Amino acid sequence: MALAWAELWPILLYFLFTLTLLAGVMLLSSVLGPKNKGHSTDLPYESGILSYGGARVRFGNHFFLYAIFFVIFDMEVLFLFAWAISLKESGWMGFIEALVFILVLLVALVYLWRIGALRVKAEERS
Amino acid sequence: MNFWYSFLAIVVLVMLLLPTAAMLVWVERRLLGFWQERLGPNRVGPYGILQSLADLIKILFKHDWIPPFADAKVFVAAPLMGALAVMMSYAVVPMAPGWVISDSHIGLLFFLAMTSLAVYSVLLAGWSSNNKYALIGAMRAAAQTISYEVFMGLSLLGVVMLAGSFRLSDIVLAQQEGWFILPQCLGFVLFLIAGIAESHRLPFDLPEAETELTAGFHTEYSGIKFALFFLGEYLGVMLISMMITVLFLGGWLAPFGLEGFIPPIIWFVLKTFVLISFFILLRAALPRPRFDQLLAFGWLWMLPLSLINLLVTAALILGGQ
Repeated sequence: MALAWAELWPILLYFLFTLTLLAGVMLLSSVLGPKNKGHSTDLPYESGILSYGGARVRFGNHFFLYAIFFVIFDMEVLFLFAWAISLKESGWMGFIEALVFILVLLVALVYLWRIGALRVKAEERS
Repeated sequence: MNFWYSFLAIVVLVMLLLPTAAMLVWVERRLLGFWQERLGPNRVGPYGILQSLADLIKILFKHDWIPPFADAKVFVAAPLMGALAVMMSYAVVPMAPGWVISDSHIGLLFFLAMTSLAVYSVLLAGWSSNNKYALIGAMRAAAQTISYEVFMGLSLLGVVMLAGSFRLSDIVLAQQEGWFILPQCLGFVLFLIAGIAESHRLPFDLPEAETELTAGFHTEYSGIKFALFFLGEYLGVMLISMMITVLFLGGWLAPFGLEGFIPPIIWFVLKTFVLISFFILLRAALPRPRFDQLLAFGWLWMLPLSLINLLVTAALILGGQ
């Protein structure tokens, strides 16, 4: 616990210092800058075309799918980290277990690819 | 280490990082200029070296505009988060023996965690802007970042296995026999690609592809808030270069037994600078892929390759015991 704290507090101090500095610069700019208002200052920038409707619209869910895959595969990385650091201690038994684990996930990846879940365009998906 | 020593180290680090990132903007514009047969910025100061300082002064005196249609709190917090997340990683990067703010025993994991946090800044910036370009840019950025993050961690596991530690200075010292770029050449390429994608540099800058999305997630940003995103991008390039140096190129260790007459920090800076120049050259040389190609490449090639790299490395280490 003492060791962890000795390594952590400089990071905390660094965080506070950087936060103060960056927030200070932002504050400084908001004080120094002018506050002009032209006839189209407060319009959203959409390449010179007047904006039609808000941006809170519904759109395809494929980005959501990627987020789900990320959760699945990044979890895998979490377990593999623990294996990588104890590689020599866990030996060949650990290797075989990790191999089975990785193979299961590779099969899952192939399955996802085969059903077209990794494609962006909806019409390519089956 | 006592408090004031750490505090001094922090002040020195930040005072070096921010001007270096600003200089990097000039270096990049200048190099891109030469590669495109023009001069680049050469008016402010000798060879245009003070260009970034002039830009900074201009930006400080710009209208600090918050769109009335945006979600103001999130809109202001997002660039701050982005710059902070990148800055935080520097706390664990050892630049020379003992030259580090916190030589944490989970340094590598800390770096990965902070890199992951950057995606929140992009996503929140795009969403809070309430602009369609910004929203699509943010969604793309999020999909790209999380896709490439999966194998970013995996590509580093080979290094962790070889060094047997997450502590970055241990990883450097484990390379005294030979740099990890040789036994981990595949891991090196994978991490390089993941790093470029994480820092949203060409050819992976689809989140801000200006030909189709104006400026992507920071379309509505201007003045100092835009500058913070910009700063974050250049700090990100520098960070990835430093991490590649530490993890694969032997950090501050001298090559070919040249120890002795050149201080370690010089080697570290040299290696980092070569990598940064490589990043800039990539921007000058490569076109942008299509978005679905980019994601398919990440999931179908890079992820299986990094898993195979991991298994082969583990088998070789265990077999060689």
